[in-house]
Amino acid sequence: MIIKDVLCPFCGCLCDDLAVEVENNKVVDVQHACKIGSSKIMGHDRIKAPMMRDDKKGEFREVSYDEAINEAAKILANSKRPLLYGWASGVCEMMKKGVLLNEEVGGIIDNTASVCHGPSALGVHEKGMPTGTLGQFANRADVVVFWGCNPVQAHPRHMSRYSVFAKGFFATKGRRGRKVIVVDVRKTDTAELADEYIQVNPGMDYIVMSAIRAIIAEHADVVPDNVGGVSKEKLIEIAETLKSAKFGIIYFGMGLTQSRGKYKNIDNAVSLTTELNANTKYSIIPMRGHYNVTGFGNVCAWETGFINAVDMSRGYPYYNPGETCSNDLLMREEIDAAFIIAGDAGAHFPAQSIARMGKVPVIQIDPFHNPTTEMANIVIPTKVSGVELEGTAYRMDGVSLRMRKLVDVDFPSDEEVLDKIIAKVNEIKGASS
Amino acid sequence: MSELLIKNATVYDPINGINGDKMDIAVKDGKIVDSIGGGAQTIDAQGRLVYPGGVDAHTHIAGSKVNMGRVMRPEDSRSGIKPRTKITRPYTGYTVPNVYAMGYRYAEMGYTTAFEAAIPIMKARHTHEELEEIPIIDKGGLTLFGSNWMVMDAIRENDLERLAAYVAWGLLASRGWGVKIVNPGGGEAWGFGKNVSGLDDPVPNFEVTPRQIIRSLAEANERLNLPHSIHLHCNNLGHPGNYETTLDSFDICKDIKPKRDRQALHVTHVMFNSFGGNHWGDVQSKADVIANYLNNNDHLTIDMGQMIFGSATTMTADGPVQYANARTFKARWSNGDVELEDVSGVTPLYYSPNVYFYGMMWGIGQELALLTKDPWKVLLTTDHPNGGPFVNYPEVMTLLMSKKKREEEISKIVPKAFEHCMIHTIDRELDWYDIAIKTRAGHAKVLGLIEQGKGHLGIGADADIAIYDIKPDETDATVEYDRVKTAFRKAAYTIKDGRIVVKDGEITATPMGRTYWVRSKVDNDGYNRMMEDLKMKFKDYYSINMANYMVQDEYVQHPVVVETEYAEV
Repeated sequence: MIIKDVLCPFCGCLCDDLAVEVENNKVVDVQHACKIGSSKIMGHDRIKAPMMRDDKKGEFREVSYDEAINEAAKILANSKRPLLYGWASGVCEMMKKGVLLNEEVGGIIDNTASVCHGPSALGVHEKGMPTGTLGQFANRADVVVFWGCNPVQAHPRHMSRYSVFAKGFFATKGRRGRKVIVVDVRKTDTAELADEYIQVNPGMDYIVMSAIRAIIAEHADVVPDNVGGVSKEKLIEIAETLKSAKFGIIYFGMGLTQSRGKYKNIDNAVSLTTELNANTKYSIIPMRGHYNVTGFGNVCAWETGFINAVDMSRGYPYYNPGETCSNDLLMREEIDAAFIIAGDAGAHFPAQSIARMGKVPVIQIDPFHNPTTEMANIVIPTKVSGVELEGTAYRMDGVSLRMRKLVDVDFPSDEEVLDKIIAKVNEIKGASS
Repeated sequence: MSELLIKNATVYDPINGINGDKMDIAVKDGKIVDSIGGGAQTIDAQGRLVYPGGVDAHTHIAGSKVNMGRVMRPEDSRSGIKPRTKITRPYTGYTVPNVYAMGYRYAEMGYTTAFEAAIPIMKARHTHEELEEIPIIDKGGLTLFGSNWMVMDAIRENDLERLAAYVAWGLLASRGWGVKIVNPGGGEAWGFGKNVSGLDDPVPNFEVTPRQIIRSLAEANERLNLPHSIHLHCNNLGHPGNYETTLDSFDICKDIKPKRDRQALHVTHVMFNSFGGNHWGDVQSKADVIANYLNNNDHLTIDMGQMIFGSATTMTADGPVQYANARTFKARWSNGDVELEDVSGVTPLYYSPNVYFYGMMWGIGQELALLTKDPWKVLLTTDHPNGGPFVNYPEVMTLLMSKKKREEEISKIVPKAFEHCMIHTIDRELDWYDIAIKTRAGHAKVLGLIEQGKGHLGIGADADIAIYDIKPDETDATVEYDRVKTAFRKAAYTIKDGRIVVKDGEITATPMGRTYWVRSKVDNDGYNRMMEDLKMKFKDYYSINMANYMVQDEYVQHPVVVETEYAEV
């Protein structure tokens, strides 16, 4: 059986044109997907059963779901400062349950954006975000900028589906009708495909942007001969190209959000975009990583008023990045229990945070073994969303789509596990109050 | 099932012509009934004011714009906070409340139904995800069609059957209730950073005019026999001198024959479209001219879009106006283009009473309501949260009921404002009956919800009832406006489907409301031509596949689907 129009549970492109062949409840072939997406859908070794251990250095023993869930609930109910982290590789339905669980336990809920596009959110607080759907850019854009991102590696179908090679109503020539500019500290594979590659010195993105803004504002006279490794002549040329667009689009990645300047880079990039709109049309959009990391920001915002890093210890949502993000809390050694779901803290957190996680009980909900498993005391395997489970995901541009189920498995969904944990937490808290 | 008796109520139910009568109201199984047995739960209203549950025909409560407002404005979410209780989830936000506060605050004011005013079809799933989490109230939404390629191509090719078929399909795809048109054609122009300048300025690359878009959609709307009329946000919003475009837009639908007992055209937040003058220096209210038009024509209704001083988060599919606002006031700016369909913008603003044109805008909203004789023609809205948040409706109610209240407020506004408007010269004061029309009955009529049991208390109506802690017989609203406002802010009881959901202004239960949408039958040939065009547009221009586009049933858990029949005009 071939299932068509399948959504890909890998990156923020959320491609929805896959065809997946299923035989005897097994995925046997994936068409149209990139290699990474295909590999995820084809599946690989997964955690077979719930596991627990008291000593993080000891061996896991297999336990029942009930035992693992009860123990997880006990840890969360008795914790004074639980961290609920991850919430990326899952569907929105489970994220809603996560926000509720966080209310019940008075913890902190934080999404992987915390170590990824979190600074983009701060940029939005400062300046807003003039953006649009990816099809708008495919149909219209004639100038395309990739700043600090490398879609060839990280979003393999982005350029063909949306940004560079895609043809559209106005962009009838596809690649030939577009000027592609790549700004990066190193010559990436994406840069190899560009019309213009601008190599900035590491950490100098902000001032390069400021120089371009000055030139666009007709203050080229204040720009020195060389800014952040880029000649003034080149900067003037780039400013002219940007201004010449009928429709320009700036895609940015972690090269901006996680380098020197962080959210200030986004603030500046949004200002540049806004100013370019005085004479033509420009949009800007973050290249989001996980296929539904954008969904968490949406769910968290409509449920709590805040996009991420929500502390519920006061009984109401409190948001203060720098204080309430996972690594702020871990480094201050406030966290006394960690609940990691659909994200991998073990692989992406700095050593100091990992050290703290080594000292507190860690519960992991995930289909797959990953570095977080190494620190976990309780591991509860669940369904792979978008392969074994239907549900909602938000593409990087905020378009929400419904992921399909391709095969049936016996594992519970994240949502089912969360429901049971919430019920058990209430039972424990109810008995003690 | 449950029975409830409200005794000794002073009832205002304009749809049934009840004007302050002393009566009992009987409720059974969530509906108003003639009478019930003796054992029912009883509320003794002791002569207090009873209205049908409030209905809001135009508000922005869900979807990507609203959520962008929340993401942009953590400072807003830090206001209005209320911790969770055993019954309620936490409240956050003032202009852009979280989903829970949306439902709770409407219910606390005695409102039981609210319609989201702008759903982009491609993002409708998101809108419904939020609507599904707004507790207590019933909901619906209006779908954006005013800059849509399918719409403009059908109009240019003069194919009204195809247009109607697409509108029906778009309503199905978005699970929408009615046709919303925002700055017709301007959204497409904004795709390249441009706008349309007036009703006869052709949309670039599509060669149709805003006038044609409005007219054709109005005709398609009647062919589909939709419960609501087209719902128009006029071109040139916010520009001095725009009242002429507004009057001209009114005229476009003058000879449209509505298929139902309702207006042929609803024009929204007209406050923003009633400006005379040539620039911000000589801008002036033309509310008197607009009201005069309404007094002499019966084919249309409007809503106020009353402005409230303080913080607002403006959000609209009128993309260009938002960019202009952001640049003028150096405010944050978010934009949200939607491929092939429309655009949008979100910009926080602060309406200061020290700025004369904000004072003028404050005046215009009320002038529209007070100078238009027929209360059914002008609904009370703030275009939440564009003019201000909906929690201020009680403020607006008392402004309309009391000249003294208006004078008190006028004294806090920069006097120059009143060189630009006429609110200070108006003596009219609305009564309890008028307010019932402007906050529930009129909204239900305009939306086509009377048949669905909304906006009234007749036998068979939904038992959505508000009891306010005020005795109309003993209260002079023209003087005791503070007390009236307090009463309207926190209902003594809000009853939803026969169940008490608010008591003494506090939430007591949080049932989930329903979502209303329309499924229309269409002309077969028109449908086939439309489908051919639609498939081509998905294949060549949309960034998602058609199979993944339409909102699935999972996203509307408590639907009420109204079916309509197609008919040639």
